[in-house]
Amino acid sequence: MAERSALSVRGIGRFTTDGVLRLGYAARFIALTLLHSGTSFRRFGLIIRELYFTGVLSLIIILVSGLFVGMVLGLQGYETLQTYGSESALGVLVALSLVRELGPVVAALLFASRAGSAMTAEIGLMKATEQLSAMEMMAVDPIARVVAPRFWAGVISMPLLAAMFSAMGIFGGYLVGVVLIGVDEGSFWSQMQSAVDFRDDILNGVIKSFVFGVAVTWIALLEGYDAPPTAEGVSGATTRTVVTSSLAILGLDFILTSFMFRGV
Amino acid sequence: MATSLEFPIFAAPYLIVAADNLIEINDVDYWYDKRRAILSGIDMVIPRGKVVAIMGISGSGKTTLLRLIGGVMKARKGEVRVDGQLVSELDTAGIYKLRSRMGMLFQFGALFTDMTVFDNVAFQMREHTNLPERMIRDLVYLKLNAVGLRGAHRLMPSELSGGMARRVALARAIALDPMLMLYDEPFTGLDPISLGVIRNLIRRLNDALGATSIVVTHDVQEALELVDYVYYMSDGKIVAHGTPQEMLANDEPLVHQFVYGEADGPVPFQYPSRNYAEDLRMGARHG
Repeated sequence: MAERSALSVRGIGRFTTDGVLRLGYAARFIALTLLHSGTSFRRFGLIIRELYFTGVLSLIIILVSGLFVGMVLGLQGYETLQTYGSESALGVLVALSLVRELGPVVAALLFASRAGSAMTAEIGLMKATEQLSAMEMMAVDPIARVVAPRFWAGVISMPLLAAMFSAMGIFGGYLVGVVLIGVDEGSFWSQMQSAVDFRDDILNGVIKSFVFGVAVTWIALLEGYDAPPTAEGVSGATTRTVVTSSLAILGLDFILTSFMFRGV
Repeated sequence: MATSLEFPIFAAPYLIVAADNLIEINDVDYWYDKRRAILSGIDMVIPRGKVVAIMGISGSGKTTLLRLIGGVMKARKGEVRVDGQLVSELDTAGIYKLRSRMGMLFQFGALFTDMTVFDNVAFQMREHTNLPERMIRDLVYLKLNAVGLRGAHRLMPSELSGGMARRVALARAIALDPMLMLYDEPFTGLDPISLGVIRNLIRRLNDALGATSIVVTHDVQEALELVDYVYYMSDGKIVAHGTPQEMLANDEPLVHQFVYGEADGPVPFQYPSRNYAEDLRMGARHG
């Protein structure tokens, strides 16, 4: 009995020290990435190439998802608002839901599954096939050449993708609310225009998506760089990227929302 | 222990400090866990211009030794000098400067899979020099021509056979005319023709570039035909060294078993286990 409790205490201790070590490793990793970002900005072509892979290639999933989310919001919003005779506020409901919450959060979740997992798998496989070691042996720092351009591409493309998600969602809401159901077009747009504030709503949404972009890209790159160089290792790292990123997005969203929108 | 008359500089490696030695390794130990040494008491000298093989069975410490020379890891004890520089005392910038004068061929080539053959070979030139693109193009064609693959410059690594990939990796490794070439198991998984091509290229490029080459391998026949000198490692130690002829005549049981590919000997066929008869009896009991 005493032996078993000693073992479980030891297990908790190991879990804690491993967690602290992992956090320290992650902090060191991001510090090195930021420190070695000079090459990426001097040779901006490296970032542009990654922007294509992380941003442009994520566009389809982001735009299509945004459209459907907006259409569903239009339908559900209309159902609720018409009970109170306020269907003209449909534009406000759709726009605020998207710009404040759904845009940054859903776009980030999609970004984590589409671009984050791809980043982890690519870097993990580069490590498994000794491409990163080869780079080091050629006196080229993989953090500067491989990690930093991907990090900045993720950070830049995330807010842009979230903005496009929201824009497409608003268009979806308009299609369902105005074109399909017949809500007055003038009130749909004018109420939206008067109720959506640039600083409180749009800017806060952009800040959220920027933070999510940093978190997702950081997790994805770290998992890839630290993946055991085997098939199981890369597959496990890819799964961890999606799971950890999704949890981080939802957790960070709550924290950011509680600071940004306190009902004041 | 065998000694060489042809290359007297090898005669007593641990005593010699000569300007003509590109690499000097003195009493080097390396371990991850102090209770189990990966390398112990390694003494080795590698003179300029020679092709030297480090041989031994898997897990004997060959690749670790290569990593110490490349500055990927630092010796826990002893000295590794490359071109007179003590590797363990170099900072990151110093290590990178040293590595920019080295080329390394990895076991499976390690080509960058998102770049064409041309861009792979041009990689170091673009990273480390300010040469105009026109000159880089000419240099890349020169290197690719040296390995017989100028016509494949547009292909992606996924379109290459194993042998071709290894040759492209070799062209990439010699892109900046290195003073030292490191080969990590260059013959693994190659067909006989590709194997012959790679073997000849290693020798030819070494002599043409005036470089020094270290070939880590367990491919006995290829290595003995190619190299000037052989170090044989077992269990983290150098157990024999000499010219290929001396290694073939070596009567050290470990070397003999390795060179002639005998299934059983000092390196046993069976993984350590309990008594066979006892195991069979246990099986009968369980049945």
